[in-house]
Amino acid sequence: MIISIVFLPLIGFLYCIFFGKIFGDKSSQIISTLLLFISTMLSWYIFIQYIEIKNTEIYFLFNWITSGSFIVNWAFRVDALTSAMLIVVTTVSFCVHLYSIGYMKSDKSISRFMSYLSLFTFFMLMLVTSDNLLQMFFGWEGVGLTSYLLIGFWNYKESANKAAIKAFIVNRVGDFAFALGIAGIFFIFGSIEFDIIFEKASLFKDHTIYFLGFNFSTINLLCFLLFIGAMGKSAQLGLHTWLPDAMEGPTPVSALIHAATMVTAGVFMVARLSPLFTLADTVNIFITFIGASTAVFAATIALTQNDIKRVIAYSTCSQLGYMFFAAGLGAYNASIFHLTTHGFFKALLFLSAGSVIHAMHHEQDMRKMGGLFYKVPLTATMMWIGSLAIIGFPYLSGYYSKDIILETAFFSSSNIGSYAYFIGIFTALLTAFYSWRLLFLTFHGETRVSKENFVKIHESPLVMLIPLFLLSIGSIFSGVFLSEYFIGSKENEFWNSSVVIFNNHYHMPFSQILLSKVSVSLGILIAVLFYFFRKELAANLASNFNFLYSLSLNKWYVDELYNFLITKPFFALSNILWKNGDKKIIDEYGPNGISRIINAFSSYLSQFQSGYLYHYAFVMLAGLVIILSWFVYF
Amino acid sequence: MQNNLYNLLFFPELILLTGSLCILLLGLFIKKNNFSIISNLSTILLVLTGIVTYIDRNTSFLNFNNFFIESNFIKFFQLLVIFGSISVILISKNYYKDQKLVFFEIPILILFSTFGMLLLIASNNLMAMYLGIELQSLTLYVIAAIKRDSLKSSESGLKYFILGALSSGILLYGCSLVYGFTGNTNFDDIHSVISSLEKIELGLIFGLIFILVGLAFKISAVPFHMWTPDVYEGAPTSITAFFAIVPKVSAVALIYRFCLEPFSSLYNEWSQIIVFLSIASMFLGSIAAIRQTNIKRLLAYSSIGHVGYILIGLVSFSDEGTKGAAIYILIYLFMNIAIFSILLSLKFENKYIEKIEDLSGLSKVKPFLSLSIAIIMLSMAGIPPFAGFFGKFYIFASALNSNLYSLAVFGVLSSVIAAFYYLRIIKVIYFDDYKSTNYENNQTNISKFILIISILIISLFILFPSLFTSLSIEASKGFFYK
Repeated sequence: MIISIVFLPLIGFLYCIFFGKIFGDKSSQIISTLLLFISTMLSWYIFIQYIEIKNTEIYFLFNWITSGSFIVNWAFRVDALTSAMLIVVTTVSFCVHLYSIGYMKSDKSISRFMSYLSLFTFFMLMLVTSDNLLQMFFGWEGVGLTSYLLIGFWNYKESANKAAIKAFIVNRVGDFAFALGIAGIFFIFGSIEFDIIFEKASLFKDHTIYFLGFNFSTINLLCFLLFIGAMGKSAQLGLHTWLPDAMEGPTPVSALIHAATMVTAGVFMVARLSPLFTLADTVNIFITFIGASTAVFAATIALTQNDIKRVIAYSTCSQLGYMFFAAGLGAYNASIFHLTTHGFFKALLFLSAGSVIHAMHHEQDMRKMGGLFYKVPLTATMMWIGSLAIIGFPYLSGYYSKDIILETAFFSSSNIGSYAYFIGIFTALLTAFYSWRLLFLTFHGETRVSKENFVKIHESPLVMLIPLFLLSIGSIFSGVFLSEYFIGSKENEFWNSSVVIFNNHYHMPFSQILLSKVSVSLGILIAVLFYFFRKELAANLASNFNFLYSLSLNKWYVDELYNFLITKPFFALSNILWKNGDKKIIDEYGPNGISRIINAFSSYLSQFQSGYLYHYAFVMLAGLVIILSWFVYF
Repeated sequence: MQNNLYNLLFFPELILLTGSLCILLLGLFIKKNNFSIISNLSTILLVLTGIVTYIDRNTSFLNFNNFFIESNFIKFFQLLVIFGSISVILISKNYYKDQKLVFFEIPILILFSTFGMLLLIASNNLMAMYLGIELQSLTLYVIAAIKRDSLKSSESGLKYFILGALSSGILLYGCSLVYGFTGNTNFDDIHSVISSLEKIELGLIFGLIFILVGLAFKISAVPFHMWTPDVYEGAPTSITAFFAIVPKVSAVALIYRFCLEPFSSLYNEWSQIIVFLSIASMFLGSIAAIRQTNIKRLLAYSSIGHVGYILIGLVSFSDEGTKGAAIYILIYLFMNIAIFSILLSLKFENKYIEKIEDLSGLSKVKPFLSLSIAIIMLSMAGIPPFAGFFGKFYIFASALNSNLYSLAVFGVLSSVIAAFYYLRIIKVIYFDDYKSTNYENNQTNISKFILIISILIISLFILFPSLFTSLSIEASKGFFYK
């Protein structure tokens, strides 16, 4: 069954890419969506079955590489973590497939689009079901590749191509560290299979490794490398710059890859290797710090962005920060729980945004929207549900997952825990603000759309609305139903030691609960004040705090900083090396020089073949004499 | 006695010899259409010889006083020689008719030459060896010059004859030196004498060198290769095909046996010579070919290069090296049969293809032939997944396992250079501008069949490598059990 879950999307991909042109785009859409639907149903079946049986199973496919003691198999591992990831990936992917039928209706290469989506799903499933690090890396690189293909899907747009390349290169930094981490794990543990690594992990707790003149704690070094990989994929502070640019891709792609699934791969990887990561105390502090900082950093940028998709993109970045600091504090179950709920409501937000963009004929600037509620009531309702879920409105999904993370931070006694706690509270305020800002700017108030355009705005077709309904059900109820298994009373038997669990269930003091609730309400109130009652306040504030405003609007100038520090010197250096080093020295004396010599030598040898018999006889005898004298004198 | 007679009757060489003589007589009496009858009969005779050779005859009764011996290695190469001769006769039939070269002597000369080669491969005595070499060479001199009214053909025949005589002289001198220092002409006795010697006399080494030089001439190893390009170019293409395919196989077999059997204890001495020959051949074969415009000359240099690679297997001095050489020469045979079956039937503006640029429009009108040439060239260049890659791979692997790193590196470097001119042919076929597409293909069905089979073997070798490697492993057993 697990095999069919993973390989059905691959079949979909092969069909679309090879037969899509022949049998028409319609067939590609239907077949790939249908296959994904089957896959989704099977995943839910596995998940429900897992809740009953709670049994970790490994399905061996076949041997991949055998080289000395380095043995890699293709194998699927089904445990709590995998089955939880399976439902997120397949459900969101199915919704996105269905949604794309409507959204990409007038595109020129529908089959190609559907094939990429299916291929992405295949790689993502490979990633989450793998039983060893190399197979995981295969999926990891595969999703990176498909992400590149999909960001640059509209390849006639220069900005899309640039964004695609940027995403690929920034990810490469992380992947490099990840690959080093895998090599290091093999070096230390002698295997890259999860079971063996976890078994041996505690033995190496105090092991150190000598590297570049320093003694590093082995576990810390390995986890650090792996976490750098996770940072790249999950767009954490420092390696986050590709994610907002990735919004150049079609909106369903943003929903699937850059919100719900691929960017959470980093979190998944840390959770999967949680038995290893719990031992790395120093790195855990680092993870918490990076996670918390990313959360607040991305939220401050989201406050001022005007592009509807960029707001949500930064919000994703920020929520990923939440997941990481939960993981850093040891609450891997909370982290995965937030990943799951976030997958639903963030996909919902993105697809709703896509629906708005679709209605507005590809207008993404919120300053040119407003008052759309009565034009697109269903989409607006969905957006409201998603926003309420993300700010943690009671009994929606985000409420459970965000609360448990804050609770973890509150009860972890370390300094970094308190840092994360306060950051978390503050970020919740910011989240509430920018979510409501988005809602008001888009759906309420007076419209800023010109009259003739306003008339043309219409609700999206049913095929795009059904996925929204499905995801909204997930956003509303996933918290209620899953919390008991993921973080509640049944957590120990549910996780069955597939991830390390943070076990302390006290109840937060009333004052703290109040604090978090108040901060969220405050965020909402400010947003209401700014964008509903006193609209000039926002502009006033922006001009009074010009420095802070432009800092946020320009994303803290990180891109410019990277440009100045890395890209430009690098380009200059490569230019020098290319023109002087490569062209003038290596090409001149290398390939070109050698081929010139060989060419000259060749014509010389051809002249040697004069056709005169006595020349030939002479050469033969000369050869004989040379050989003879060699033996006489040496 | 009866048993002995039975074996005598089924001695393949004898069958071939008596058969050829009968066919020769028959050719004199048949007046009409004698060429095709004779060549058909020759084919049948060769097939028969091949079958008899294939049937195991390990009970060797009659070896002419230990002049000839048998082994799997010998049998393998004898079969290759017979197979090569059959293919050459079959693929060149239409060419002879078209060129009005319908002398019934040609197939018979090929038969005699083949007979000489069979003897030469199996020889176990310096005299028998010389006899075999001369028998095959004499016929080769004649058929190189068979196109009497062509200046080039006669010139190439004459050149080959004079240089061949020179090399025979060198070879004979070497034989006499070896006989003088060991007192024997039999390979086994030479081996036992040499291994019991305490000090190796310089004269004996000189004898070895002279013989190796004579043999190097036959396999056209540099610097004894000078005749090759001229003869390849001057002789009619069908004869060139024979030159490229068959005598090479027998001479390689002989040089392997000669080094590994009687002179195996002089490894240090002969390996130096072979390394020199090998490196020089690889590099000259690849570099000099770059400037060639005539496709037959190009193939001559290519065959020189291939010989260089095959010699690496000899220097490896291991079962693996011999196995690699056996498989290499097998693949070499198929590649050459395939390319010559095309050259012998493809006409451009009513003339057989000679210049490389004549191929420029081929891909537009003959897609299958173009693809075939492309596959053969890629395989010759040693690019996976084609068979040529595996030939080189086994050879280089054996060199590495025998710690001959520099030789392997030289081999790889020269094959990179050689890839240039093989790939250039593909470029000419597919990408160059063309003047006309006036191509004509008069290939017979049987030649087409041989071409297709060869192409299939070249391209599908990767799927069933064990089919051929098991043959070559069988063939290479027995040299190193001592």
